[in-house]
Amino acid sequence: MMQLWESFWSQIRTIWRVLKHTFTKAETVQYPEQKPYLAPRYRGRIVLTKDPDGDERCVACNLCAAACPPDCIALQQGTREDGRWYPEFFRINFSRCIMCGLCEEACPTNAIQLIPDFEMCEYDRQNMVYEKEHLMIDGTGKYHDYNFYRVAGMAIEGKDKGEAENEAPPIDVRSLLP
Amino acid sequence: MSDGMTVLFALGVMAAAVGGAAVLTWFERRLLGVWQDRYGPNRLGPFGILQVAADMIKLLTKHDWVPPFADRVVFIFAPTAIVVAMLMGFAVIPFGPDLHIIDVNIGLLFFLGMTSLAVYSVLLGGLASNNKYALLGGLRSAAQMVSYEVFMGLSLMGVVMLSGSFSLQDIVAAQRDMWFCIPQFLGLFVFLIAGIAESHRLPFDLPEAEHELTAGFHTEYGGMKFAMFMLGEYLGLILISAMIVTLFFGGWLGPWLPPIVWFGIKTFFVICFFILLRAAIPRPRYDQLMSLGWKVMLPITLINLVATGAIALWMHDGGAMT
Amino acid sequence: MEVILFYISAFIALFTTVFALTRTNAAHALIYLIISLLAVAVIFFLLGAPFAAALEVVIYAGAIMVLFVFVIMMLNLGEAGVERERQRLNPKIWILPAILSGVLLIELLLVISKLEAPATGTLIGAKQVGLTLFGPYVLAVEIASMLLLAGLVGAYHVGRRFRLRATDDDATEAPLTTEISTEIQKEVSQ
Repeated sequence: MMQLWESFWSQIRTIWRVLKHTFTKAETVQYPEQKPYLAPRYRGRIVLTKDPDGDERCVACNLCAAACPPDCIALQQGTREDGRWYPEFFRINFSRCIMCGLCEEACPTNAIQLIPDFEMCEYDRQNMVYEKEHLMIDGTGKYHDYNFYRVAGMAIEGKDKGEAENEAPPIDVRSLLP
Repeated sequence: MSDGMTVLFALGVMAAAVGGAAVLTWFERRLLGVWQDRYGPNRLGPFGILQVAADMIKLLTKHDWVPPFADRVVFIFAPTAIVVAMLMGFAVIPFGPDLHIIDVNIGLLFFLGMTSLAVYSVLLGGLASNNKYALLGGLRSAAQMVSYEVFMGLSLMGVVMLSGSFSLQDIVAAQRDMWFCIPQFLGLFVFLIAGIAESHRLPFDLPEAEHELTAGFHTEYGGMKFAMFMLGEYLGLILISAMIVTLFFGGWLGPWLPPIVWFGIKTFFVICFFILLRAAIPRPRYDQLMSLGWKVMLPITLINLVATGAIALWMHDGGAMT
Repeated sequence: MEVILFYISAFIALFTTVFALTRTNAAHALIYLIISLLAVAVIFFLLGAPFAAALEVVIYAGAIMVLFVFVIMMLNLGEAGVERERQRLNPKIWILPAILSGVLLIELLLVISKLEAPATGTLIGAKQVGLTLFGPYVLAVEIASMLLLAGLVGAYHVGRRFRLRATDDDATEAPLTTEISTEIQKEVSQ
C-alpha cells in the first residue's frame, strides 16, 4: 500500500516538475538565423594553405592520406622545375571526411588545415568531392610565419643545402679536417 | 432546434472536431516543446501554424500503398472505423444549454459504445496488416481496451447515481450546485486514466509503442490511411476531454461568458493536461499496465461505486436513485 | 420512416448473419457478425428499447467480439484455416441443421401471424430495466452474479502464477526460485 502511494506520488511530482518548465526558456539555438560561436581551432572544412611568400605549402608527402581514417584524401606528387615538390592533384571527398583533424596533425608543412566552417550542403553527391583549386586558399591559415622550405634542408632553386634558417653548412664527409 | 438546423450544427461540429484535431497535431508539438525546453515546429507561418497544412499536403500526396500480403478490404476499412466511431461520439456531447446534436436518455452509454467500437479500428488494422509487429500491437490494444473499458464504464456510474440520468444534458444540469469533480474525484481519476488508455495516447500507447513495436498496429500504414489513424487518435483525445468536462467539470456551466465559450475553455485545459501527461510520464510495461488496471483501478472504482451509492442513499433518502 | 429504417437494418442484419456463416476467413466472418450485432442494436432502438440497444453495442459488439477477434489473432489462422472452413461448408454437414431451423422458421411465422400489434411502442429506458431487474427478477440477477463470480474465481485459478517452493537443499534451482518467490512476495505486499 505504501509502495503504491509512493509510486503514485512520484508520478504527481513528475507532472509538477514538468509543468514548472512552462516558465523556463527554450534551450534551442535557432540555427540559420542564430549562428553558434565556433572557436578558431574548430575542426570543420579542410583547406590547403600557402606559405608567407605565396607559394603552396603542400609537398605531397602523402602523410595526410595515410593518416586519414576514412581514406578520403587522394593526391599525387610532382616535382617543379625549381626543385619544389607539389601535389599534381589533391582531392578530398568530403562526403566521407569525418573532420577528425588527423591529417592536420600529420602534416609536416602545416599545409592542410581545418577551419571553422561546416556548412557544406550539396544536392549532388559528386559536388562534395573537392579538388585542389577548391581547397586552396590565398593565405597562411593558422600559422602565419612558417615556411617549410626556409627551414628544411632540402635544396631548391635559390636556396642550396645548408642555407636554411638555423641550419649548419653541410659537412664534407670526404675531408679529414675536423 | 429544427431538423435542418440540427444537420447544419452536426456538420459544424464535425468540421470543428476534424479541424481541431488537425490543429492539435501542431499544438501538441508546440506544447511538448514548451515543457521540454525547446520550440517545436515554429518555421511555417505565424508560430508555425502552417505546419498543419504542410503535414496535410505531405500525407495527401503520399503513395497510397497496400502491402501485397495484407488483407486488402479489412486493411482499407480499418482506419475509417476509428474516425467514424469517434465522430459519432461527438453527437451526444452538450455544447450549451440547447446546443447539442441529439439528447438521448442513453447518451452516456452511446458514448461508451462508440469508444468501444473504436477498438476495432486498431484491432483489425493490426490483424489485416499481416505483420508481426502490427499483430502484437493489435493484441495489446485488444486486451488493454477490454480491460480499461470496464473501469471506464464503472467509474461513470457514480456520476450517473448522483445525477440520476444517463442523459448528458441532465448530468450537466445536475452539476449546477457543485461540479462532480469534488464528490467523484475517484471516478474522475479512474476515468482520466481509462480515457488515456482508451484513446491509446501516451503514456498508455502500448499498441503503438514505437520503441518495441516500430509503430505497432499502423506499421504497414502510410499516407492518408495513416492520417486517418492519427485523426482518430486526436479526435479521441478531444472527445475524452470533452466528456471529462461534461461529466466532472460542469460542462458548459460558468458565469459571465457564453456557455459554449466555457465549454471550449475547459476542454482546452483538459487537453493541455493530457499533453502534460504525455510530456511527463513514461510508458509502463505491458504487465504493469494490466496489473495497474485490475489491481488498483478496479478496487478504486468499486470502492467509489459503493461509497457513492451509500452516501447518495443516506443524503437524499434514495431520492437521487429513483 | 421507422418502418423503412427497421426493414433496412433488418435486411442488413440478415444479410450479414448469412455472410458471417458462409465466410471462410474467420476475421471476415467476425466483422460481418459485428455489423449484424450493430444492426440488431438499431432494431432494438427502433422498437423503443434504447437501453438494450446501448448494451448490445457496448457489451456484445464492443467487448465480447473484441475477445473473439483477440482469439483469432492468437490462433494464427492462415490458408490452412480457410481451406478447412471451406470443407466444412459442404451440404452434407449443413443440410440437417438447415432443415431443423427451417421448421423453426415456419413455426415462428405461424406464431407471428396469429399475433396482433406486435410492437408496443412504449419506451423502455434504463430506469425500467433496472426496476425490473432488481424487482421481480432479483433472484435471477443474484444467480447470474454468483455464476459470474464463480467464473471469475475459476479464471483467476487458471491464470495465477504458481508459487515455487524454494528449499535450501535444492541448490541448482535455488537462485531462480528465490528470485521468483521474492517477486511474488513483493507483489503480495503491494
